[in-house]
Amino acid sequence: MSDEANLSRRHFLTVATSVAGGVGVVITATPFVASFKPSARAQALGGPVQVDIGKLEEGAMVRVVWRGRPVWVLRRSADMVARLKAMPDSLFKDAASEISLQPAFAKNQVRALKDDVLVVEGVCTHLGCAPTERFAPADPELGADWAGGFYCPCHGSRFDLAGRVLAGTSPAPTNLPVPPYRFVGDNLVLIGEDTGGAA
Amino acid sequence: MNSARTEAAAPTSRFDRLIDWIDERFPLTSMIKEHATEYYAAKNFNVWYVFGVLAIVVLVIQLITGIFLTMNYKPSAEDAFASVEYIMRDVEWGWLIRYMHSTGASAFFIVVYLHMFRALMYGSYKNPRELLWIIGVLIYLALMAEAFMGYLLPWGQMSYWGAQVIVSLFGAVPGIGEGLVEWIRGDYFISDITLNRFFALHVVAVPLALILLVVMHILALHETGSLNPDGVEIKERKDSRGIPLDGIAFHPYYTSKDLVAIIVFLALFSAVMFFAPEMGGYFLEHANFEPSNPLKTPEYIAPVWYFTPFYAILRSVPSKAWGAFLMLAAIVLLFFLPWLDRCRVKSIRYRGWTFKAAIATFVVSFIALGYLGLQPATEKVYVYAARVFTVLYFLFFLAMPFYTRAEKTKPVPERVVYQHGE
Amino acid sequence: MPVLVMKSIRLSALAATCLAMLGAVPALAAGGGSAMSDHAGNDVGNVASLQRGARNFVNYCLGCHSAQYVRYNRLAQDLQISEQQLIDNLMFAAEKPTETMRISMRPADAERWFGVAPPDLSLIARSKGVDYVYNFLRGFYVDPSRATGVNNVMLQNAAMPHVLWELQGEQQAVFEDVNVGEGMTQKVFKEFQATSPGQLSPEEYDQFVRDTVNFLDYVAEPMQLERQRLGIGVLAFLLVFGILAYLLKQEIWKDVK
Repeated sequence: MSDEANLSRRHFLTVATSVAGGVGVVITATPFVASFKPSARAQALGGPVQVDIGKLEEGAMVRVVWRGRPVWVLRRSADMVARLKAMPDSLFKDAASEISLQPAFAKNQVRALKDDVLVVEGVCTHLGCAPTERFAPADPELGADWAGGFYCPCHGSRFDLAGRVLAGTSPAPTNLPVPPYRFVGDNLVLIGEDTGGAA
Repeated sequence: MNSARTEAAAPTSRFDRLIDWIDERFPLTSMIKEHATEYYAAKNFNVWYVFGVLAIVVLVIQLITGIFLTMNYKPSAEDAFASVEYIMRDVEWGWLIRYMHSTGASAFFIVVYLHMFRALMYGSYKNPRELLWIIGVLIYLALMAEAFMGYLLPWGQMSYWGAQVIVSLFGAVPGIGEGLVEWIRGDYFISDITLNRFFALHVVAVPLALILLVVMHILALHETGSLNPDGVEIKERKDSRGIPLDGIAFHPYYTSKDLVAIIVFLALFSAVMFFAPEMGGYFLEHANFEPSNPLKTPEYIAPVWYFTPFYAILRSVPSKAWGAFLMLAAIVLLFFLPWLDRCRVKSIRYRGWTFKAAIATFVVSFIALGYLGLQPATEKVYVYAARVFTVLYFLFFLAMPFYTRAEKTKPVPERVVYQHGE
Repeated sequence: MPVLVMKSIRLSALAATCLAMLGAVPALAAGGGSAMSDHAGNDVGNVASLQRGARNFVNYCLGCHSAQYVRYNRLAQDLQISEQQLIDNLMFAAEKPTETMRISMRPADAERWFGVAPPDLSLIARSKGVDYVYNFLRGFYVDPSRATGVNNVMLQNAAMPHVLWELQGEQQAVFEDVNVGEGMTQKVFKEFQATSPGQLSPEEYDQFVRDTVNFLDYVAEPMQLERQRLGIGVLAFLLVFGILAYLLKQEIWKDVK
């Protein structure tokens, strides 16, 4: 083999070595980047939360914490459901839950698996405040046409009893998110895990 | 490409214009030239000359993995041990990052010891490189502090009792000893408070000092120029363009050569990290997998292998004050090496048999002390052997002015010895 | 000649390092138990053995010893156990598969009952070594002077009772006096003599202990098989990268005359 510099061979080897080095850097960086993901402990702590709603009266609500977020479980009365269903779609920004966050099974008018149980995250989609309960209709503060729901004191967003945001004065862009959940018994809700659709 | 740019009046490509824009504001091109493309090193470097670059590679590994470990480690007596296991088990890839760091600690000392041995053989500490050597010894000291404080953080039995022993050494300082020990610990025993401050020093203070010293080390090196296995100053013979006749540009010649060395090193590093991360108890000591217990000393305490030569010197004297003094002296003597060596010839290739014999004795003593430092203190044979090697260790330095003054050296060539294709 | 000297220095340094390494290994070996020196001979790659070991651990150890860094779901995944099998057979002390192997006994209570709190076993195979644990679990012998009725040749006056005695049966330890110089003698363990058989034959009992130790070995470093697999890939990559870099270096160094 000649001892003279072979420029094309040199060019090829430079490129090949650089590519191999680049691949090496990317491979090495991968575990470091991946180490930022939730650890096994975080996943364990963020695991599903079970709620017993057997003793929850009609019209009452419990709050639980799932993954550091407040989750509300509301037992809707027949009256509440009736009021909810009577509201025309035109009142809402996202009546059919097209742009809001929820599992596929909750993409309906009541945004729930069962008519009488609402499970939503209690975080206003505007700027993250916690909306308050205003379940009684015709609230003196919110007006005679108020059909009951949630009201965010920070910036005045209004949500109905399915967590749908009302059009008009509400700055919140989307409905309250519904977390994944499923029923593991008639009165046991498992929040944080769903069956992937049909329940 | 470079020459094309200097010849052309106007910048040609978009990239060149960007470089020009930067150069008007920051000395990018001139720095690259000064430290890489126009930094000339002798062409006859052998394998001993790769350990400086490897030390930088390990430093980078330690800094990056250290940052990621800090994100999950908890510096408290309550949580430290568990947080290390959390990293090992629960954090995704945490085990890999932790093993990189623990293997890196030992790798650091391996490459630094070999790097220092290289300097010893080829006279890299001699005029005009005395400051380069002294900065290097300071780096070594910072590294020892870094390693010592880092070893407390896993908060296992060895962490705890190792720190207990070493911190107690400061009690040997006459007069203020006990007060000093309390001041270092911040408590009456090695406690949560000690752990917390060692953590701060290990992850912030000492690394900053290390990085600063390494930059100074490289600047000093590039000021005097690298020496070579023949100990010939290549700057003394230059061609018409002012380039040393025996010099070749650091880039691309030594970058390409060092890359090969780095890959070989990484392969060895990976072999240890993936197949023997404990390295038989040398890199990760068995007893350190047991949480620290202030009430129970392990049956058998030895420092990590890189401290054992000095530990053996410490133990060879049956007096706390003298043991501590000798241990300190064994390190401090390194600073005086440039002036202890009176021989004008730099490289061992052309030096007399006395120096060769001395350096061989030194290496044997250092390794023997390292071995003896790992042995239990109960065997009398080990204690006597440690005394012999301690004396030899010190003789290497203290007798150096005498055995180097009248050394029978060989003639040093004017140019470096290099055969093409070597 | 100088080259030769250099070579010999390098070689002697290397030889000395190797010798030092070899010499130091026995002193450093984990545990240091001198009475029995049988090897566990376990294989962390043997999933069936690990599954048996997990069952043994849960049934016989987890009552008093925790393995607080070990998550049940991770265990199930690595040991190829389904979640249902995990819940039915192993999870007696926990509610959720994501929990770690904790116990309800408080360390302070345990200390009052046993004199010393039973240590967490997550890392016992790394701190003491698998051989030590293997011999310890086979080293109990009848000693009426102890409150537990047994002693252990690996750990004199061990606080732990022989929880596996029904399986192993009972054995006596035979000691002999050995002269250690300066007119002193020391009792040194010689052998065991079985006095009443257990439910398992000696071979079956050894296998039972081996499985349990195997499980503890896995638990001490759950990623050990993964790390070896990954290591082979990394070395293969470095080999290719190294060849390319070496060829490039050779090409570039053709300039240097």
